[in-house]
Order: sequence, then C-alpha cells, then structure tokens
Amino acid sequence: MERSNVDITNLQIGFGGLKVLENLDLHVGASEFLVLLGPSGCGKSTLLNAIAGLIDVKGGEIRIGDRDVTWAEPKDRGIAMVFQSYALYPRMSVRKNMSFGLKVARTPQDEIDSRVGEAAKMLRLTELLDRRPSELSGGQRQRVAIGRALVRHAGVYLFDEPLSNLDAQLRAELRVEIKRLHARLGATMIYVTHDQIEALTLADRIAVMQGGVIQQLDTPSKIYREPVNRFVASFVGSPAMNFLRGRIVRDGGLTFIAGETGFDLNGYAFRSPPSDAPAVLGIRPEHIEITGSDHPSSVTARVEMVEPMGADALVWCRLADGTAFSFRSDADASARSGDLLALRFPAEAFSLFDDQDGQRL
Amino acid sequence: MSATALKSGRPKRVNPARWGLYAFILITALYFLLPLYVMIVTSLKPMAEIRQGHLLALPASPSLAAWVKAWTSACTGLTCEGIRVGFFNSLRILVPSVVISITVGSLTGYALSLWRVRGANILFGAMMVVAFIPYQVFIYPLVRVFSFTGLGQSLATIVTIHTIFGLPTMTLLFRNYFTSLPVELFKAARIDGAGFYQIYARIMMPMATPMIVVAVILQTTGIWNDFILGLVFAGRDNLPMTVQLNNIVNSTQGERAYNVDMAATLLTALLPLVIYFGSGRWFVRGIAAGAVKG
Amino acid sequence: MRLSLTSRLSVTSALLPALTVTLVVYLGATSWTAWMSLTNSRMLPNNNFVGLRQYELLLSNDRWITSVHNIIVYGVLFVSLALLIGFLLAVAIDQRVRAEDTIRSIYLYPYSMSFVVTGLVWQWLLNPTLGIQYVLRSWGFAGATFDWIVRPETAIYCLVIAGVWQASGLVMAIMLAGLRGVDDEIWKAARVDGLPKWRVYISIIIPMMGASFATAAVLLSTAVVRLYDLPVSMTNGGPGIASEVPAKFVMDHLFERGNIGLAAAAATTMLVTVIAVVAPYLYWRARKGEVR
Repeated sequence: MERSNVDITNLQIGFGGLKVLENLDLHVGASEFLVLLGPSGCGKSTLLNAIAGLIDVKGGEIRIGDRDVTWAEPKDRGIAMVFQSYALYPRMSVRKNMSFGLKVARTPQDEIDSRVGEAAKMLRLTELLDRRPSELSGGQRQRVAIGRALVRHAGVYLFDEPLSNLDAQLRAELRVEIKRLHARLGATMIYVTHDQIEALTLADRIAVMQGGVIQQLDTPSKIYREPVNRFVASFVGSPAMNFLRGRIVRDGGLTFIAGETGFDLNGYAFRSPPSDAPAVLGIRPEHIEITGSDHPSSVTARVEMVEPMGADALVWCRLADGTAFSFRSDADASARSGDLLALRFPAEAFSLFDDQDGQRL
Repeated sequence: MSATALKSGRPKRVNPARWGLYAFILITALYFLLPLYVMIVTSLKPMAEIRQGHLLALPASPSLAAWVKAWTSACTGLTCEGIRVGFFNSLRILVPSVVISITVGSLTGYALSLWRVRGANILFGAMMVVAFIPYQVFIYPLVRVFSFTGLGQSLATIVTIHTIFGLPTMTLLFRNYFTSLPVELFKAARIDGAGFYQIYARIMMPMATPMIVVAVILQTTGIWNDFILGLVFAGRDNLPMTVQLNNIVNSTQGERAYNVDMAATLLTALLPLVIYFGSGRWFVRGIAAGAVKG
Repeated sequence: MRLSLTSRLSVTSALLPALTVTLVVYLGATSWTAWMSLTNSRMLPNNNFVGLRQYELLLSNDRWITSVHNIIVYGVLFVSLALLIGFLLAVAIDQRVRAEDTIRSIYLYPYSMSFVVTGLVWQWLLNPTLGIQYVLRSWGFAGATFDWIVRPETAIYCLVIAGVWQASGLVMAIMLAGLRGVDDEIWKAARVDGLPKWRVYISIIIPMMGASFATAAVLLSTAVVRLYDLPVSMTNGGPGIASEVPAKFVMDHLFERGNIGLAAAAATTMLVTVIAVVAPYLYWRARKGEVR
C-alpha cells in the first residue's frame, strides 16, 4: 500500500467575499495520523474537503505524494474519505457500497472481491456484506463507511468527524478500532474532529484550528502540557483548565498574585524573560493537589460544591478574594462544601498567558 | 383531548361540541359526495326514469346500457364511436409524456441541485415564475413554432408541450428532493470516481423512488385532466378524453342523453379516481410537493 | 470543486432542455405575444405597429369588461370560500375524529378530477328542470327556486360553487399539514393557561399558519387566472356572455374570431397581473430560503 505525504502551501479558500482559509501551510508525513481539531466553523472541514478536491481553492498548492493535485478530480488524488453521516448509498448492499468505486474505475472483478473480502474481514463485516445500510446499526454503518474507504488502497485516508453521530460507548469502541487500523496499515490519515478526547487519543500530531488559522501543531502531550495560547489551553482538556487573572511580581523569586493569593512561579519554564505585567495563570484541575496546611507554598481555599464523577470528583472552590476554580480529587476524599482546604499549585504544571494577546509567556 | 377532560379528571361521556363536530363533518361530506353519487345513479338509469326527475333516487332497475353506449357509440361531433377513442388517445399521450417529462425534469433538478453551475439560480428562478403564468400567454406563438417545424398538431407536439409545461414542477420536485439529501453522499460518489450521469443513474435516481412515485401521480392526473393543451396541440386525430367528453355533452343535437353523459363523465374521471383512491397518502404527498408551484 | 471538461459537458447537456425551453418557449413566446399586442394582427400575425391601440379596444370591449368583472367576482368568492371551508375542514379533521382517512379522502377526491368533469357534473346538478331545484320541489318546497345557472346575473356564482367543491380539499390538505406541524407543546401550554379551543385556533394557531395560508392563496389565485375549462364545459360562457372569463376571451379571439392582436393584448394584461401577484410571493419565499 502506498503511503503518501500531504503538503499544503499557502492555501486560500473563500466563498464569495468571505475568506475561510488564508495562507495556510500544513505538512503531513507519510504514515502520520494527523488530527484537525477545533470548534465548528473553524475551517477544519473546509480544509479536509479541499484536500479531497470537493471544494474550489482560490490559491495555493496541495500536493499528495509529491504530486500537485490542486486542480485534480477527487478520484484522481489517491485519497479515500469517511463521512460523518456515513454517506452510504442506501439502495446498495454493503458489498456494492464497498465495491462501487472500484467498479467505476473498472477494476477486475477478482481484484474487487479480494479487496472487499479483506476489508470486510478486517472490520468484521463479512457477515453483513449482503445487507442494506438501513438494516445496520450506527456502528456497523460507520464500519462499512470505513471499509468503503479502505478498499480504495488510497495513499491518504480522510475522516470527517466520523464518530460524531454515534453514542458515547460506540464512539469509544470505534476510536480504538481506528487506532488499531492505523497501527496495522501504517497509512497516512487526516482526521477532523471537535472532540478533544478523540484528538488526544488518536493523533500522532494535532493541529488545533480557530478562525481558519492553525493555532498550534504539535504532539498531543505537548498540546496538553504547553498550549501556545489561551484558546488552545481552553479547548483541549476536560474538565477545562482554570484561568486566574493577576500579575507577575518580582520579589526575590517570581510570584503570581491573584487578588490576595500568591503562587510561587519557581520551576515554570518561561519562553522569554518575564516582565511585571498583568497575566493569566492557567492550571488544569488534575494538577492541583490537597496538601498539609504546613506546606510552605500552600494556598487556602473554601469548598463551594463537589461534583462526583465516579472514578474521581471535581471540587469547586473559591479563593479568599472570590476567584473560582476547580480541581480533581479522589472520589473518596471527604471534601464538603464550606470546608477550608490547603492546596498545592505546582509551578511546573502552570501555563502563563499574556493578559492582552493570550499568548504563552 | 378536550380541555374539560383535563379539569374534571373524568372525561364526559356526552359532549355536545363533539356532536356538533360530527354533524359538521357529515354535512360537508354529503356536499362533497353528492355529485359523485348523482353521477353514478344517473348513469345507471334509463332516460325515461331520468325524465320523471328523481335525481337522488336509486335506479329502479340498474342498467349498464348507458355505459356501453358512452364507451362505444356516443357521438363526438361528427363521428359516433364513443368515448373510447378519447380514452386511447389520452393513453397514447399520457405514457410518453409522463416518462419524458419526469426524465427531463429529474435530470434538470439533479443538475441544478448538486452541481454548482453558473447561472443555475437564474435559470431555476425563471422556471419558477413561468410555473404561475397562464398558458394563454404562450399558446399562439407555440402553435406557430410547431407548425413552422412541421410537427403541426400531432402526438409528438402534445407530448413535447406536456414536457415543456411539466418541466418547472418536475424540476422543482426533484431539485428540492436532491437538495434535502446529505451532500456527503454526493461527495462520496465523487471520490468513488463516478461521473455526472453515473451518479444520476446509479446513486440518485434509485434513491429518489418516493419522488418518482409522487411525480408519476402528479403528472398522470395533470396530463389526463388537461383540456386546453390537448384541444390546441393534439390535432383532430389525437384529441384527449376530456375534449371528447366536452364534445359529447355540449354539442349534442336534440334531446340530451343524461345517462350517457354521466357515464362518459365517470369514464373520464375513472383513471384519476383510481389513482387517487389507490395511492392513498401518496396523492396528498404529491399535492404537497406540487403545492409549492401552481 | 473544479469540474473537469467531461463533467462540464455532461452538466451542460443535461441542462440543455431547460435552457432551450426557458429561452425559446418562455421568453421567446412571451415577448412575441407582448409584441403582437402592439400590432393590428387579425387572422395571422403581422408587424404593423399600432401602439396601445389594442389595449384601448380591449378596455372598450363589453365582453372583456364582463370577463374581468366576472373573474374578480369569481376570484374573491372562490379564494375566500375555499380558504374558509378548507380551513374548517382541516380543523374538523384535526380533532382526532374517527375514520380520519376516509373523511379526508372524501374531501379531497374532487381535486383529482378535471375541471371538465367538474363542470359537467355541476351543470347537471344545477339544471333547473331536473336538478336540485326539481328535487327541492318534489320534497314539497313548491316555491323553491335554484335556477342560477340559467340567469345571467347569477351564472357566475354557479362557477364558484363548482370551483369551491373541486378545490376545498386541496386547501384542507395544505392546512392539515400546517396544523399537524404545530408543536404539541403549544397545545399543552394553551391548556395549562385554560384557553378554550376556538380561542387557541383564532389567536395562536391561525397566526402561526401564515405560510400555509399564503401557499393556498397563491395556488388558488393562479387557478383563478387560468380559469378556462370550467366555464367552457359548464356554461360555455353563457347565458349570453354572462359567465365569460379572460382566459376564454383570449382563446376565442385567437382561434375563432381571428383577432390575434386583441387576444395578445388580453393575454399580456393577464401576464402583468399574474407577475404582480406572484413576484412578491416568490421573493418572500426566496428570502425565507425555500427557493434557493
């Protein structure tokens, strides 16, 4: 199987006067699993459709496998695609759905049969080959849609929110299935989603998009730990990151002051030398710990509410000046509303952002 | 489901409003059924009984004689070969007109809905306006055009005319249907490499079965019931049943044979009635879909 | 998507019929008719330009004046009665009555029949010597008269009766679809507020059904302008010229009286009227996004 790299340079897309993507560059390596992540309307689906050749581009270049395909027909790009609504042809059996593209391309029948058989086996669809899409469950339909893409033996597989129409449990199952498929085939995959869990679990690299611009392109762990701006920080991670407004103060060491509470910044890796200016401190709920009140850098907060979540619990607190934040604690931790807690905020887990432009400091 | 049921806990058994409702339904239903009933009983009576004037009475001795006469020997102007001539004329007009108008209309609707064509909206808008314009505006120029092309008044002409005047509705019907389908289906077919006509024939039309049924119902009743276009374009040898019927009833000399007239009228209404009662809710769907035009 | 040459050729070939019909038939024929209305064409079209002379003649033509008068009377009565009856029928059916399907079928079946059939049946029923009048008298109402169809001043109302009979079911179907589209929670809220049912219909439901009323009204109105088969089969314009209508005026002057110029002027007048009614409606619908 061919594994193509995808190189997009200076891509521009607009509808009428509206610019959706402007001067966008993206390079996806062969065999890479790249996830385009962002809220709806951020341009991620537009980008995927442009790679597939389903919408017109205004300018720039798209290369797949080192071949310029900017103006090529979808079928000539060496791609396959899986859609959110499955887009199965309702009047055709599963087998016909999977073989239609090969038939149109006049592939020999025995080759069609062997490819369909192989894909069906891989996706556990062999029993279902003669059914109509309407006779399948949602999860089965999406597996057929994936199968229809697989038989094309494409250089790049494109996924447009393929799991959004499924319920939570099926989504988790199919997520694992797609990941297994990627490991097995080693194919290049570009995957669009607005679900950050899917992005974090599946991707080799994630491109977080907003407003038609790629905000950050990096490995899942980098995106999780070192978001480059407040948008990425708030979009990735669940429960969401806490943001505390305040300023950085130099008094021997470096301290972040929010209201009357100080947070020790010793251990935070600044990108550039810090200045004494308004800033926002971001910290994920899972990085705050309960500690003894005798701990030197502990912070005191009053518990407002506890949200049990099964394996753990989300505890909502307020600082003395009223600033609200949440943290994750063990399910059996006996925090009650009204309690006073001593908490530790580890500086290594901080993300500090400029108060004005939201960029990481 | 009345408001009183909610308040009093136990629904009242006798509800005057309910009786009023059923009385209203009964009376209106009679108004709608009366003509059909009168047509049927009159067609089964001999003329002597009709002259005695019991319009609503059931026939004393029902007879199909008037039906036979209407079918085989009623006079339409000069010839006396019955309404069957018109029936078969209408059939010969109907079948090709329905097939061709649906084919052209669905193809146009498909091209206008899924393929981005420059000027598509203008073309579609123009066709929508035309759907409302009375035929009188087009009729004379069209007569001249067809006589110029040598087709004159003929079967080919009337089929073309039905295709032309069916085009706006059929286009609208299929365009709206194809627009309502998930566009991803079309994208998937494009990625599979299917071309314009392949997607139309292999993917879209097989999915459009409900719309095809609706279109067939709409076009069949519309074309069968047409009077003016058949009168002007079909030519003397192809006059449709509605025109023949009007000739039978309104150009008779001497005493009118009401029983034959009614039998001929029923025969003319038969096909639409069969389609209507046979297709059930599909007919309503057809109206609802066609209702967006005129 | 940038289309390849073959795709573009395919799309063009598919749209060729529609394009030809729009340009040649619709635009071409309309312009020709409009042009002929400015000439003194009689049996055959000619190009002798006479300005608005035909329109002047039209306005002084008794038969045309009667036709226009008739179509206004017919139009107002037919549209309002069909809307009213159709709406009432829909409301009645919406009360979860028994045998709903049967009742709906009864109301709607006339719509499947042609105007010719409708006209002939009602001609028969309204015939004073053997029809409804006779029945009433034979039931003992000796003085009962129902001879509208033979009296010039009332013949047009007979067309209304037949037209309403044929078209009310259509209105009922459109209205019922509108009523069924009303959110159940509206009804629940109204019941909690203790509103009587008729009050809910008048104050809440009817205002919500603007689109259904508009659709039905436009549909009925275009049927009014096209009215031709019904008078031809029912009264043939008579008695005298008492039930003449514009569409029949055009047809008679084109094909029997050999006065193409006058017929074209009449047809053009009809066209302008229709566009004045329909254009705002289509514009409104386009703004709503239905016709995209």
